[in-house]
Amino acid sequence: MSANLVDIQERCSMGVNTLYQKSIVSAKDIELADWKLIYEMACRFKAGKAPLTAKEKVVAHCFFEPSTRTRLSFETSTLRLGGNVIGFSNGDDISTQKGETLYDTMRVVSAYADLIVIRHPQEGAAALAKEAATCPVINAGDGANQHPTQALLDLFTIQECQKEINGLSIALVGDLKYGRTIHSFTQLCSLFDVRLYLVSPEILALPESVCDVMKKRGIRFSFHRSLEEVIPKVDILYMTRIQQERFSGAEYQMVRNQFIVTPTLLQKAKPNLKILHPLPRVNEISKEVDETPYAYYFEQAANAVPVRQALLSLILNENLK
Amino acid sequence: MSDEILPVSAIKNGTVIDHIAPGQAFRIIHLLGLESSMHKVTIGLHLPSKSMGSKDLIKIESRVLTDAEANEIVVFAPAATINLIRNFQVTEKLKTSLPSAMKKVFICPNLACITHTETIATHFYISEDRKQIRLTCHYCEKIFDRDQLKVAI
Repeated sequence: MSANLVDIQERCSMGVNTLYQKSIVSAKDIELADWKLIYEMACRFKAGKAPLTAKEKVVAHCFFEPSTRTRLSFETSTLRLGGNVIGFSNGDDISTQKGETLYDTMRVVSAYADLIVIRHPQEGAAALAKEAATCPVINAGDGANQHPTQALLDLFTIQECQKEINGLSIALVGDLKYGRTIHSFTQLCSLFDVRLYLVSPEILALPESVCDVMKKRGIRFSFHRSLEEVIPKVDILYMTRIQQERFSGAEYQMVRNQFIVTPTLLQKAKPNLKILHPLPRVNEISKEVDETPYAYYFEQAANAVPVRQALLSLILNENLK
Repeated sequence: MSDEILPVSAIKNGTVIDHIAPGQAFRIIHLLGLESSMHKVTIGLHLPSKSMGSKDLIKIESRVLTDAEANEIVVFAPAATINLIRNFQVTEKLKTSLPSAMKKVFICPNLACITHTETIATHFYISEDRKQIRLTCHYCEKIFDRDQLKVAI
């Protein structure tokens, strides 16, 4: 047994599992103590000796809109922990189609499950689910609002590939206005001493209100319109997809080609640079970049399982003996 | 009292809300539900004020505001003075403070917010930033300036 797990077990047995029965609706629900527990536990799961911490537990995966990576990684995590999965993968086959409210649906599902994982197209749906449910709720994405578990696995990946988060320079590129992953990520950054470079078209800039919150929390950031100027400065290049539905055809064509990472563009990159992307990508990272030492987005996607295993384990178990 | 004598009749008993920022009186009327109550209400809009330039004013006959109602008014009118009147005399000046949250009062301007499709009470957290009143939706987490929000009627 690793020293890490012993440490977690000791802390949990002392009653300091800060995540036990806790809902994770927003990145602001996550405190530094939570992050440390999740990180240490995820390292243990990644090392491959996962205890069956969800045995005899039922986790409801309620996906009201399509999802590939998030849904499958949550399901994989639950199954690998020895738990059982109930739920649905789109909102068409359930009683909300008959006019049932989300509140009632969540109240009922929580009577069947030990934990609910919800994805919903409307912003604030997870917060409402938390109010309705009698069990903890994890937000797996609510419209353009939040995606806190993606932000957790992003931070885990950054810690993994750079060994330390504090002191890093991180560029966030693409759709910073509507990207829920970005909103959660910037909030979690307030737990660390990082410098952010915000690279986007003007119409997709990070909302002013989010910038105000970052200022208050002491996060240093600046705005940029080109990738070339930030690549030599950063340790992490976090790319996001620009969503076609936000634009007219001509506008989309113009914006989508504005930020494309190519091997040529990376010639001035720092040696330790790693490129992340929550995926799916469209054209913002060229295929040739996959073969460079900078590409880390597939490792990032794989980290979804150990990080979500850690989160499920800590929420479902008061102590991990 | 530095303001000029105003062309608004006095009330015998009730509440006078003075020094309302111009344009906010009707929102306070909605907030207090005065448009549908049976109380006599006098509204003054864009009245001259030495301290504010211009101001709105509301006089409510025979209704005494609670402290909670007075605090909610501060969201719309941070400089408002709220006086309770008895027999034409000011008997009490309500001390107010910005409430930390308000439920069921506003409509969330974010059309993608879950509050537009579920029958739930809206819930906003209130803060003041550089003399601007900001409201954060408990559900969608969007942050708005006070003037962006409509009062639910």
